[in-house]
Amino acid sequence: MLLLAHNMLTSHVKGVKNGYPMLLKVNEIDEKEIEFSGEFITRMLPRLQWPVLVQVLKDIGKPDLVPAEVPEDAADNEDFLKAAHHALLELDIINGELECPESHMKFPITDGIPNLLIKEEQE
Amino acid sequence: SLYIMSRPEHLAPPEIFYNAEEARKYAGNSRMIKIQTELTERCLELLSLPEDQPSLLLDVGCGSGLSGEVLTEAGHIWLGLDISRDMLEVAKEREVEGDLFLQDMGQGVGFRPGTFDGVISVSALQWLCNADKKCHEPRKRLARFFSTLYGVMAHGAKAVFQFYPENPEQAQMITLHATKAGFTGGIVIDFPNSSKAKKMFLCLFAGVSAKLPEGKTGLGAAPSEGASFIHKARQKNKKAGVKSRDWIVAKKERRRRQKGKEAVRPDTKFTGRKRRDRF
Repeated sequence: MLLLAHNMLTSHVKGVKNGYPMLLKVNEIDEKEIEFSGEFITRMLPRLQWPVLVQVLKDIGKPDLVPAEVPEDAADNEDFLKAAHHALLELDIINGELECPESHMKFPITDGIPNLLIKEEQE
Repeated sequence: SLYIMSRPEHLAPPEIFYNAEEARKYAGNSRMIKIQTELTERCLELLSLPEDQPSLLLDVGCGSGLSGEVLTEAGHIWLGLDISRDMLEVAKEREVEGDLFLQDMGQGVGFRPGTFDGVISVSALQWLCNADKKCHEPRKRLARFFSTLYGVMAHGAKAVFQFYPENPEQAQMITLHATKAGFTGGIVIDFPNSSKAKKMFLCLFAGVSAKLPEGKTGLGAAPSEGASFIHKARQKNKKAGVKSRDWIVAKKERRRRQKGKEAVRPDTKFTGRKRRDRF
């Protein structure tokens, strides 16, 4: 699971009012290479919760990857866009766990794939 | 048999039907790849995203990532959901670029409001109409899916579902729940007169009403059969108001047809005219 997805993911557990951000526990992380598009990152910036990304990077021991705040010249700042691209699209959570912050339902991540299935009797 | 091949959803739920063996067969079959690729290309065409703009897309029922590869090739970033772990494992093996989630669309999707620029789905929606478990109620699952989907789409974003409805009632049930969730749009039919080439696409708009694209006919400029079920569903609920001009004219016409009731006053421009509120 990419950090872009984590930044946008909310709990889909029925009845949950405040399901964001999902708590993330990381056991194994991998890196992959995705073609850089500054335009894409720029388009995503207004949709992102930057402090959530900053906190997750801190939690996984990569606190210096991106600045604490989005710079004002973000759209023209290639260094920043490339750092954001790397953080959002190239770090891949291979093994870990997502947890709904309200219901505390847990969703394991294995082989890079979060299992978001809700057991029906739990619904 | 032909029956089983054409309706796999009657055989077993998708997570069972698309087991490891089936998933590999599916992803390795060149005919399947060709069909999936063409369907995805048509979905993208119907999405009509702004040109040369890398978008964030959601692929519902992404399977082994055949559709996703078309999205990657078009320069988009995508997230894919599927209920079959085996299919997703094949997608991983094939090293697709999309981010994959094991998820049941009938349980709803959870992303921040306005996350996706567009949604596509190839041959997955009809699975949602099954009741594979005791607790499954297709209507509830459709309602949950569409209402949560509406929330995660950017304002003005479109969702295009290529699907194989079992019958017109099923198509109507699906579009009804999409409408209830707030979507506008309808069904586009490509090649409606060919039993082999006929393809159906549910095209939904979030937050705006746009013109439904035309279906392909293969007959040059012949008119499309792309019927808007949603439009019909809406009209059905809207009865002509009692005492409206149309209602009065229709009633007078009925009276005239009855014997001995010929003395009905003629219809004029004053018939059913709204009167000023005097009191």
